Amino acid sequence: MQNKLNLNKALVDGARQSAKHIAEDTQAFIDIHTTVTVERAVCRLLGIDGVNDFEVPLPNVVVNHLTDRGILSGGAAFYIGNAMAATGLSPQEIAEKIDKCELDLAAIAPQTNEEIRAKIMPVAMATVERIRGNAAKRNEFLSEYGDKEGPYLYVIVATGNIYEDITQAKAAAKQGADIIAVIRTTGQSLLDYVPYGATTEGFGGTYATQENFRLMREALDEVGREEKRYIRLCNYCSGLCMPEIAAMGALERLDVMLNDALYGILFRDINMQRTIVDQYFSRVINSFAGVIINTGEDNYLTTADAVEEAHTVLASQFLNEQFALCAGLPEEQQGLGHAFEISPDVENGFLYELAQAQMARQIFPKAPLKYMPPTKFMTGNIFRGHVQDALFNMVTILTGQKLHLLGMLTEAIHTPFMSDRALSIENAQYIFRTMKDLGDDISFKEGGIMETRANDVLAKAAKLLGEIEHMGLFATLEKGIFADIKRSREGGKGLSGVVVKSDDYFNPFVELMKGGVNG
Amino acid sequence: MSSGLYNTSKQDFDKTLDLSKLKAYGDTMNDGKVQLSFTLPVKDDERGTEAARLLAKKMGISEPNVALAKPLDKEFTFYVVYGSCAHTVDYENIHVETVEEETMDMHACDEYIRENIGRKVIMVGASTGTDAHTVGIDAIMNRKGFAGHYGLERFEMIEAYNLGAQVTNEEFIKKAVELNADVLLVSQTVTQKDVHIKNLTELVELLEAEGLRDRFILVCGGARITHELAKELGYDAGFGQQKYAEDVATFAITEMVKRGKK
Repeated sequence: MQNKLNLNKALVDGARQSAKHIAEDTQAFIDIHTTVTVERAVCRLLGIDGVNDFEVPLPNVVVNHLTDRGILSGGAAFYIGNAMAATGLSPQEIAEKIDKCELDLAAIAPQTNEEIRAKIMPVAMATVERIRGNAAKRNEFLSEYGDKEGPYLYVIVATGNIYEDITQAKAAAKQGADIIAVIRTTGQSLLDYVPYGATTEGFGGTYATQENFRLMREALDEVGREEKRYIRLCNYCSGLCMPEIAAMGALERLDVMLNDALYGILFRDINMQRTIVDQYFSRVINSFAGVIINTGEDNYLTTADAVEEAHTVLASQFLNEQFALCAGLPEEQQGLGHAFEISPDVENGFLYELAQAQMARQIFPKAPLKYMPPTKFMTGNIFRGHVQDALFNMVTILTGQKLHLLGMLTEAIHTPFMSDRALSIENAQYIFRTMKDLGDDISFKEGGIMETRANDVLAKAAKLLGEIEHMGLFATLEKGIFADIKRSREGGKGLSGVVVKSDDYFNPFVELMKGGVNG
Repeated sequence: MSSGLYNTSKQDFDKTLDLSKLKAYGDTMNDGKVQLSFTLPVKDDERGTEAARLLAKKMGISEPNVALAKPLDKEFTFYVVYGSCAHTVDYENIHVETVEEETMDMHACDEYIRENIGRKVIMVGASTGTDAHTVGIDAIMNRKGFAGHYGLERFEMIEAYNLGAQVTNEEFIKKAVELNADVLLVSQTVTQKDVHIKNLTELVELLEAEGLRDRFILVCGGARITHELAKELGYDAGFGQQKYAEDVATFAITEMVKRGKK
């Protein structure tokens, strides 16, 4: 794609440099900490699964056990490896014995680091091979059917019942959807555990469980074979269990995962120290599994004004890019988020949307940008809503957005009916067909409304990043710079689950996974 | 499928408006014209279209015209149907209990509080009982708000405390007293087996037993809550669908002023 808006390159470079410094600064904090969910993710990757009689997941049982004994700082892998070396049991057997109070990990005589590694590494490597196999399987499908050119049509299912979700998802795939996202049930992001098994009761969405992931994956592969297309599956790593859900997604071949600590901090009031540490490991896993992450900048504009605060979206995209790179997640897997949220009442609002989308495209040329539909000004007037969605579709095809989350005419009324989804897909397909090459055929007027708008937003973003570089990320969040929401460093949910790593801390998966599937 | 642009069918109905027999309006008084759309879990063929037509007839649509039949999947078809609805309603005798106040927007609410109360109003909200859903209380309270309507946390002159879900009525009252609340907001999403009614009633009974009922403006909300139901249960107001933070705030602060609470 040609660069069409004449953007100030010095500002782009400066903003990126600031973001890099901010991310590196924050990474220093991340590197010396671990959390309960990071360690539960390690447990899951070591094969610990299932729930006890009280429906407490065994990874929680193990990590609670370590926390109670004040030894989580060494890492779950260290103590499980130690127990494996001493007892000859498997990680799952160790977890079960802990649950029955038949084993105390703090009471086992310490084995040498070599013995621990000798026990852990083969188990860890087997999991890593399984995930590598999943990525290879995805690539096989893609080379057999070919990957879709142009925007991926991304739709959500949200019935609360995984089996009903499957019916909806299959229908949507047949109608032309490329990505199916299973929305999670209200409140799951605030659970400090991941529920277990197939679930049929959720509100406004369906529980993210490993079994639900598996069931939906199987269904989409089936419909993909019929349609001769690879249907991507999306779920949500955000919340208090980011790395655990990333691990489950890697094990069950999810393709796209929402992954954004800033979103959790701002919109779910999750403690910033906790989630920034969680985010790092979850992105290492996503990266290795070949998962495209989605970031949540689009949400800023649901609370803050889309015209006034557009630069905060861009600033956050720069940050998310650098945090992703710190975790080894390549640009090609960075679905940086933005949205079409300017009020229909704003004169020339469409020009601003188009300018901002084109700007994002040019600044992050390799990223599969995630573009979100109008929600804030969807009112229940479904007829106007369908027009708003059509304008949104036009911006995508004109500017080459990649993960195109379809707007629903019934937004703000109910979770989509099967027919709503079909109408939205029809709308997008029509516009993508009739305007396919329009973007290549037009150029922006030099110094016109759109070029001026893009450079204004860019200049403000660069300035903001300069300020954040000076203040540090945590202080910025305390000041309410993003989405007009203030969050305190010690506040929010999950802080008690953060611990400083000890010198003998051990997590085999960072070394095995960092650097991506080809690393 | 359509009968064409020009409607030549005989129009032998009375074309004067009678509010005691109100009918839907398309382009002629009392034509009863409505549009509806729905999906049936059957394949797209003549039999499916006939099913859609018969279903419309059962809804009281005479001469239903199935304008669109679009397959969504092998066994699912979407229909758009037009027709005349035979039913009427007596508009003259409708009585609706509503919250009467004209809703003020966020800034007007803040201004009203500054002028008439002169301090921040403390609002405490929760989804009470076994209800695990925060969607309702979040829509009203969280900064993000809902459908473009900011939540109470964003109001400058309101100190909003969202206690989340599954808060017991006892705990809720304890917290309300602790925070010195002016206004209590109770959200109920789950309504299976009328569990919300039982729970809402229990809160009122507990407040009354402890002599605290008059201390608070007591408001409930949820998709199945109406103002009428709320009043019946002993609440000051109830808010259902399409009601937002500013509606709740307007009611609460004007009610405070009415009662001389400062």
